[in-house]
Amino acid sequence: MTVIFYIAAAVAIITTGLALTRAHAVHALLYLIISLLGVSVVFFVSGAPFIAALEVIIYAGAIMVLFLFVIMMLSVGKANIEQEKIWIKPRTWVGPGIFSLILLVLFILLVSGFSDTPINSAIIAPKQVGISLFSKYLLGVEISAVLLMAGIIGAYHIGRGRGKVKHRFMEESQ
Amino acid sequence: MHPVSVILRVLLVVLSVAAGLIWVERRLLGLWQLRYGPNRVGPFGIFQVLADMIKIFFKEDWIPPFSDKPVYFMSPAILVFTTLMSFTIIPFVPGLYVVDLNIGILFFLAMSSLGVYSLVLGGWASNSKYPLLGSLRGTAQMLTYEVFMGVSLMGVVMLADSFRLTEIVEAQKGMWFIGPQIVGFVIFFIAGVAEAHRLPFDMPEGESELVAGYHSEYSGMKFGMFFVGEYIGITLISAIITALFLGGWLGPGFLPPIAWFLIKTFILIVIFILFRATFPRPRYDQLMEYGWKILFPLALINLLVTAAIVLA
Repeated sequence: MTVIFYIAAAVAIITTGLALTRAHAVHALLYLIISLLGVSVVFFVSGAPFIAALEVIIYAGAIMVLFLFVIMMLSVGKANIEQEKIWIKPRTWVGPGIFSLILLVLFILLVSGFSDTPINSAIIAPKQVGISLFSKYLLGVEISAVLLMAGIIGAYHIGRGRGKVKHRFMEESQ
Repeated sequence: MHPVSVILRVLLVVLSVAAGLIWVERRLLGLWQLRYGPNRVGPFGIFQVLADMIKIFFKEDWIPPFSDKPVYFMSPAILVFTTLMSFTIIPFVPGLYVVDLNIGILFFLAMSSLGVYSLVLGGWASNSKYPLLGSLRGTAQMLTYEVFMGVSLMGVVMLADSFRLTEIVEAQKGMWFIGPQIVGFVIFFIAGVAEAHRLPFDMPEGESELVAGYHSEYSGMKFGMFFVGEYIGITLISAIITALFLGGWLGPGFLPPIAWFLIKTFILIVIFILFRATFPRPRYDQLMEYGWKILFPLALINLLVTAAIVLA
């Protein structure tokens, strides 16, 4: 199990790096999807199969498809790729890179203080997740439901019809 | 039984059923449309599939020079991979399954949502008009129908108290879930037809408008993968419905359990084919409206009512 964990984690990290450095938006997204799948395997081997499945269904299977959908509609051409290539020149990323490195060092120092617990200590069944969601974390569930409701109302408001004639040619003739 | 032997058996059965379905479908369509269908190669034309396979293997595999090659190669593989992976969780009889996950249904939903990428990437990587239009349609359609495909199954999960497929089948000893979950069954079936993008919901292919939709630019065995993948998808949806709603291997004792499972699955496959022979293709906006405005609320109401009854 530990071996699988390290392989999946390595895949996730490498593909995230590749996703950052691709100039082509669709290729970058594909790497991001693989990274999410890697994270889902990490969840699975650490004994959280429910979260692993939801990670694939929601992030890799729904949200990333929507991203891809939008990028396909925008039809990324050669010009965009050239633009992206300019953006990922060293001059652009050296500054943020140094700051991220400082944070990484701090993070490693913090984590190294922890005692290592074995992965796969206990497998959490979907039932346990459901019970704790609707008892201990009920408030969080309710709040996120309200947040989603706001999203739905917003989408409805943006997407509602104008209440006029629907067809574009008929509108002109009137 | 050794896991590898189970995997090999399941793989062999699924692939040969999927290939055989091509012949079954053409014969049945012929029957329902008062014509013969393929009847020349071998008895009842049964070797037609073999002849077609040999032909498709020897066809020139033309790769469009304007395509995005790695993505173009990946796309048919994703379709076959995801549908075959879903078969791992299907319990054919007690003891004959590849893996009995405690998140069984979720695994199936995850694989079917990853299957969307095959359409999206195939259409996009072909870098040509009609495939792109087909894959745009396919994405919107499959995202829509995936939502209440999941919701319609939750009634079954509540009644069986588990995501594990063997437990769901065991829970149907008293009554098959098609009885209490008839609404869920109908919605899941329709969503399944849309997920397998079969007629009447085959707008992503829509040969009367889009040449062949998302796989217009594919030829040779790559097209063959899409083609066989569709039939594997039909078999998968039928097997899942059998396990979730029709009591899986359960049935009167005069036939062995595996026979019951196969008979039920086969009847569902025939209904799939009958759909193709019967229904005309709706308009695309009608399909989306039907999904969001009728099926989705119905699935939610079904979920609420089931929950109320289970809790009461």
